[in-house]
Amino acid sequence: MALSTKHLLGIKDLNTEDIQLILSTAGQFKEVLQRPVKKVPSLRDVNIVNLFYENSTRTRISFELAEKRLSADVVNFTVSSSSAAKGETLLDTVNNILSMKVDMVVMRHSASGAPHFLAKHIDAAIINAGDGINEHPTQALLDAFSMVEKFGSLKGLKVAILGDIMHSRVALSNIYLLKKMGAEVMVSGPPTLIPKYLQEAMDIKVEYNIDKALVWCDVANVLRIQLERQNQPLFSSLREYNLAYGITTDRLNKINKEIVIMHPGPINRGVEMDSDVADSKHSIILDQVENGVAVRMACLYLLTGRSNPA
Amino acid sequence: MTLISEQQLPSIVKRLAHQILETYPGLKNAVIVGLQPRGVFLSDRIVSALQQELSEEQVVYGKLDITFFRDDIRRELHVPTQTDLPFSIEGKTVILIDDVLFTGRTIRAALDALLSFGRPSKVALCVLVDRKPSRELPIQPDFSGKEMDALTPQKVKVRWKENDGVDDVILIGE
Repeated sequence: MALSTKHLLGIKDLNTEDIQLILSTAGQFKEVLQRPVKKVPSLRDVNIVNLFYENSTRTRISFELAEKRLSADVVNFTVSSSSAAKGETLLDTVNNILSMKVDMVVMRHSASGAPHFLAKHIDAAIINAGDGINEHPTQALLDAFSMVEKFGSLKGLKVAILGDIMHSRVALSNIYLLKKMGAEVMVSGPPTLIPKYLQEAMDIKVEYNIDKALVWCDVANVLRIQLERQNQPLFSSLREYNLAYGITTDRLNKINKEIVIMHPGPINRGVEMDSDVADSKHSIILDQVENGVAVRMACLYLLTGRSNPA
Repeated sequence: MTLISEQQLPSIVKRLAHQILETYPGLKNAVIVGLQPRGVFLSDRIVSALQQELSEEQVVYGKLDITFFRDDIRRELHVPTQTDLPFSIEGKTVILIDDVLFTGRTIRAALDALLSFGRPSKVALCVLVDRKPSRELPIQPDFSGKEMDALTPQKVKVRWKENDGVDDVILIGE
């Protein structure tokens, strides 16, 4: 058994068997991470470059830990300290790195489609660690893994994705994955932050009243307001956003049922989510981060096996 | 061709259990570790034979998957199965159990995998079938059900009732 794709560019390209294989392999890696020695030799002599054209804390540390625990050799690249700052093109940068014999590229880029472009031009396997407002497949996989851990299955699970849907690659990857695995999906937030025709295009529910969305769902995946991608005012102020759409203890008390709270991080505390919610027992935010390493180990492991036929 | 018949298998399993007990009386300071996926069918049987002789607490039993420690990921992708070792192996005698000892590479990987759980004082190996002439690494079993001279391209398949509907060992190929 192997993945059907050579690269991991987006959840859009995966079939349900691929997703299941990644999640079950991640389960085995989670056990590895509980051992006294957390390192396995699977990716010995596999060279991986982490190309981060956009800032990241969690994803980057998570990928680097995953790579190191698989015994891969890792090179890190940050745009601010590189020749890209001198005007080198993406393809030139990557070709130069590949000529130093690199097997796999983990890339984050602010332009949607940047990893897809690379995949057309180079031989190494590419993992998309977030491209613009398009996809962030490993985040959706770790979200799914955390939900399966909590609920046993995604089938029929009611998941509400809340907040800045428009600028969120996490939202799109999650929608693709949850739909493929048979969950019910609703998005909710201010109309200015929900793309037009999303309901028709993705066959999901759209609800502009956040309280109704909370009543409906089993899980609320709360997204960060991505101010860095908003070049025009889409809501009046952060305080007003918090009043109308922020997840607060008051809101959660009103719905009279227990729901699970997720957030891909980094959290804007007091904007999309209040501190006491983020730190409450309903929140599985830190489980998501823990599971991220196991899920990324699974992706790296399965793609290495895929990309090296004898 | 049948190498071990349905009638022979239970007595071989019983013999292996008794040999283990003879060497490690009462399994004092010893633990049993079955190798996933197919070694655990044998270890399940040996463990139930041991439990008939000893109390339940005396038989400490876990399962180990060695997929991530294989040396052939670039040739073939293997899908991992469950590892379940809910006890410490530090300073213990670990009795590894697998169905067929062939090239020795699986056991090499298992020794590496074990070390990530601690430092056992001793590791012993118990197998149902020992294909001695095909060894590629200097690894020998401490307990073996049957030694045989199958040639490398031939396949030895151990079948278990709970998985394959029948209990026997057969030789496939000329």
